[in-house]
Amino acid sequence: MADYAGRLPTPTPESQPYWDGLKEHKLMLPTCDPCGPFFYPRPFCPEPGCFSWDIDWTEASGKGKVHTFVISHQPIPPYNTEDNPPPYVIAVIELEEGPRMMSNLIIDDPYATEVDMDVEIVYDDVTDDVTLPKFKPV
Amino acid sequence: MDQIRHKVAIVGAAETDDLGQLPHMSRLALHAESARNALDDAGMSLADVDGLLCAGAIPNEVAEYLGIQPRYVDGTSVGGCSFMIHVRHAVAAIMAGYCDVALVTHGESGRSGVDMPRGGGSASPGGQYEAPFAIGGAPTTFSIPVLRHFHEYGTTKEHLAHIAAATRAWANLNPMAMMGIHRRAPERGGGPITPQDVLNSRMICYPFNLLDCCVVADGGGALVLVSEERARDFAKDPVYVLGAGEAAAHWMVSQMRDHTTADGYRISGEAAYKSAGLGPQDIDHCMFYDAFTFTPLMAAEDLGFVPKGEGGPFFAETRTGPDGEVIYKSGPGGDFPMNTNGGGLSYCHTGMYGMFAIIESVRQLRGECGDRQVPDVNVSMAHGPGGMFASAGTIILSNA
Ligand SMILES: [Zn+2]
Repeated sequence: MADYAGRLPTPTPESQPYWDGLKEHKLMLPTCDPCGPFFYPRPFCPEPGCFSWDIDWTEASGKGKVHTFVISHQPIPPYNTEDNPPPYVIAVIELEEGPRMMSNLIIDDPYATEVDMDVEIVYDDVTDDVTLPKFKPV
Repeated sequence: MDQIRHKVAIVGAAETDDLGQLPHMSRLALHAESARNALDDAGMSLADVDGLLCAGAIPNEVAEYLGIQPRYVDGTSVGGCSFMIHVRHAVAAIMAGYCDVALVTHGESGRSGVDMPRGGGSASPGGQYEAPFAIGGAPTTFSIPVLRHFHEYGTTKEHLAHIAAATRAWANLNPMAMMGIHRRAPERGGGPITPQDVLNSRMICYPFNLLDCCVVADGGGALVLVSEERARDFAKDPVYVLGAGEAAAHWMVSQMRDHTTADGYRISGEAAYKSAGLGPQDIDHCMFYDAFTFTPLMAAEDLGFVPKGEGGPFFAETRTGPDGEVIYKSGPGGDFPMNTNGGGLSYCHTGMYGMFAIIESVRQLRGECGDRQVPDVNVSMAHGPGGMFASAGTIILSNA
């Protein structure tokens, strides 16, 4: 795992709980009462007209749908090796709770991906420090 | 808002001497050469310039490089539409008296990478929430909204392929166009293409094949703007700014509110129409930024030229010309002349193509376009996105 070739995130103080949650295999979403969970982590609610700084973290179900996607044929790390070649799916996932996030869909045949397909989270421990939230068809 | 109509004019517009692969020129040298060419086009000198607007460079970098000390600067750098936004800001600055002669410059070593800063750290939102998923530049992000549009409206790859074929047909009439027959032989991929050629080309990032994607090039371009009053004294006919708009809708494409509608296009377009006192029916010629085939389709819909969702069939409509040739909707002879320089798809795309779209609008309005001149162009619109439909800039120009 130490030689992971893909790009890695650098958490900020505001996003640290999100990345810490993923490491424990939990998808934690910043949540405003009453607006609900949102993505991506900010210390305030981005819902137009709200701007509340009273934010809690709640655990998401990890279920969602493929909102839209592409199938990249580019050999972009980590999809650039014999074991892990392109093509691969980059998808915007709409979580059951509402927010949308970019991710990868883990699927044998990328061309079997469909818009609105049901998916669930897969925790990909790419290094000792970083777990990426990916998804697979249900 | 209509007080900006017809108050400021573009009096100079030009690209760098060459476009394409220019490894002997740095980013700033491309800014400078295009500035020289646009000032030459206007019959002005650098000493006349007291306002500087640029993207992809800090205005001070460009000012120092050129050896000028402008009293007005604007470094709005929000992607390819930055230059439409610069035109809008230059109008306001000239009207306010902040400057008298505004120079807008663009230069990008997009292919050779000579002094091209790399943006976006791993702690930025893009670095945390998009880059880790093997995002690799525009083909993997500008493509993101497309399949949602297909899903909602039945748009197809065949529809998009017609836009590439039509745009290539324009490139074949432009001696400067990189993929046009003048500059690139058919055995190297230049010259006419059919929609089927687009579908048969190498897959880059589904739904985009190679020929759905713009070229990657080095180059630059610049504009000179002055007040309408001063514009009357120039050798070439002025091109008046009738209306302009801009917007910032989101940044990461995953956070686009609705992947089938570019909110920024709508906001920017409405402001442009309102300030010009015009609507889509009044526009004779469109320059819709085409980083990919899908990009101008979104513009045609969100700027009101065709109802939402009907862009695909609209652009795929063809008819047969007198010699049996296919006439595409947006191609030469078609009734929706668009991207008449050959577009980002086939003319040139440096990374922030918007400057070239504006230059072509100016040339069409001046009647300088030779074989590709569209008859009776009196009002032209240049419109583009910045980032992945994130920003938008729209200008409506006229020769009267
Ligand atoms: Zn809220």
